[in-house]
Amino acid sequence: MSVQLEPELPTEVMEGVERGTEAPAWRHRHLLDTDVLSRTDLDLVMRTTDAMKEVLRRPIATVPALRGWNLTLLFYEASTRTRVSFEVAGKNLSANVVNIATGASSVTKGESLLDTIRTLEALGTRLLVIRHSVSGAPYLAARHFSGHVLNAGDGLHAHPTQALLDLYTLREHFGSDLTGRKVVILGDVLHSRVARSNIWTLTAAGADLWLCGPSTLLRGFETWARAGARGGRFTVTSDLRAALRDADAVMALRIQRERMSAGLLPSLWEYADRFGLTADRLALARPDVLVMHPGPMNEGVEIAPDVAAGPHSVITDQVANGVAVRMAVLQLLAGGVG
Amino acid sequence: MPQPDARRIMTADEIRRAIVRISHEIVEKQAGTEGLVLVGIQRRGVPLARRLADAISDHEGIRLPVGALDITFYRDDLSLIAQHPLVKGTDIPFDLNAVTVVLVDDVLYTGRTIRSAMDALVDFGRPQAIRLAVLVDRGHRELPIRADHVGKNVPTSREEIVKVRLSEIDDDEGVDIERLAPVAELVG
Repeated sequence: MSVQLEPELPTEVMEGVERGTEAPAWRHRHLLDTDVLSRTDLDLVMRTTDAMKEVLRRPIATVPALRGWNLTLLFYEASTRTRVSFEVAGKNLSANVVNIATGASSVTKGESLLDTIRTLEALGTRLLVIRHSVSGAPYLAARHFSGHVLNAGDGLHAHPTQALLDLYTLREHFGSDLTGRKVVILGDVLHSRVARSNIWTLTAAGADLWLCGPSTLLRGFETWARAGARGGRFTVTSDLRAALRDADAVMALRIQRERMSAGLLPSLWEYADRFGLTADRLALARPDVLVMHPGPMNEGVEIAPDVAAGPHSVITDQVANGVAVRMAVLQLLAGGVG
Repeated sequence: MPQPDARRIMTADEIRRAIVRISHEIVEKQAGTEGLVLVGIQRRGVPLARRLADAISDHEGIRLPVGALDITFYRDDLSLIAQHPLVKGTDIPFDLNAVTVVLVDDVLYTGRTIRSAMDALVDFGRPQAIRLAVLVDRGHRELPIRADHVGKNVPTSREEIVKVRLSEIDDDEGVDIERLAPVAELVG
């Protein structure tokens, strides 16, 4: 069932950047998914994130980079960490941050997404962060919005800043070259926009990517794996032991009960029994394996509480890195030529 | 490498002598090395600050702390520059409270970089004083800023570029005046 070929790496590198004075330009007007980000783009985001981490360590962790910029957070779906992370990131860059809870807005009176976007534009928003339960909604917004759109998660489709913070967290531990590092995404891949965005970035980074879960939650991914993503092929399997063996990092995904249609899982108990990330199973991985989770967690289902809080866990690092990555992306979009 | 019609206004030897002279001026003005730190502005201010620390170490026998300051996040022209500079990072591994900071940069021009650098510095603490050392002052200030220590004053026109090349970064050593390429955006 698994497909494993040599990863085909893009040859473009950061040549000339060390000695030149100018960055390779950031040419993306929006951040809708990671599929359009080249290896050079990813390196630029990572290096800008390094600088943002340094800002976060300062006695006054605020810089005036986005002074005068209006940043609006438009969340049509529940979120804690992503929304707060974007809000903190915007404030650390001195942007004016407006938060819209759609449940308390004109959306409840039937205002359409496009009308809401036009209204926000008329109110001076230049950076618009959208989360929406419909895949593709931020793309529609980007076609009609004069500023910059950042996708904070759309349906099952994409969650680019999560994939970028995951990449940053991996590079923080393994160095900037992830070539050959075995990274396992475990669980409800089918409903996961996090998994989809991570496929683009992790293959582009040269990682040995494995997707593992019950076959009902991997439907369609084998075809994608054979075709390959940006940087090459990846492996799709329901064989948990094969996936975890000698893994450098394991990312457990939340079982998305709210999106689960009937028949995909017999029960949560059976899922936990067969695919839950427990300390016993983690012992198959490398001794220094990293345990990741995009949150929020169903502890005791996809991940055991002692693993989530254990010595291998970098889950709180992911959250902290999320702020720095989002600061980097906001800075690049505002200052880019796209 | 310099453009064919470039004019060299400082040779490697002249840069070396200017660094030695400024290093003496800095210590003289402070009446010693007590409470002095050097902070280079990325990118060519950083190797210049290290050279000043080396020169001071040579004649005073004291190694001053050297930091690096990136002012990208403090620029007031983020939306004006076509291709924004790569963030090279800030590294100030010492306390800035109550010390005399000598900011070091290669070229003083409009003064906007220095304004940004001072905004950045005061976010790290409250220095006793901030002084400014530059290798070249080319005039055309747009803000009320002047340098305390200058390697060379060079009258220029706005159509010219002053290009400082340092061996640590550039495979060459010297200061040249070049003509501004007709369509290039002004970044400095």
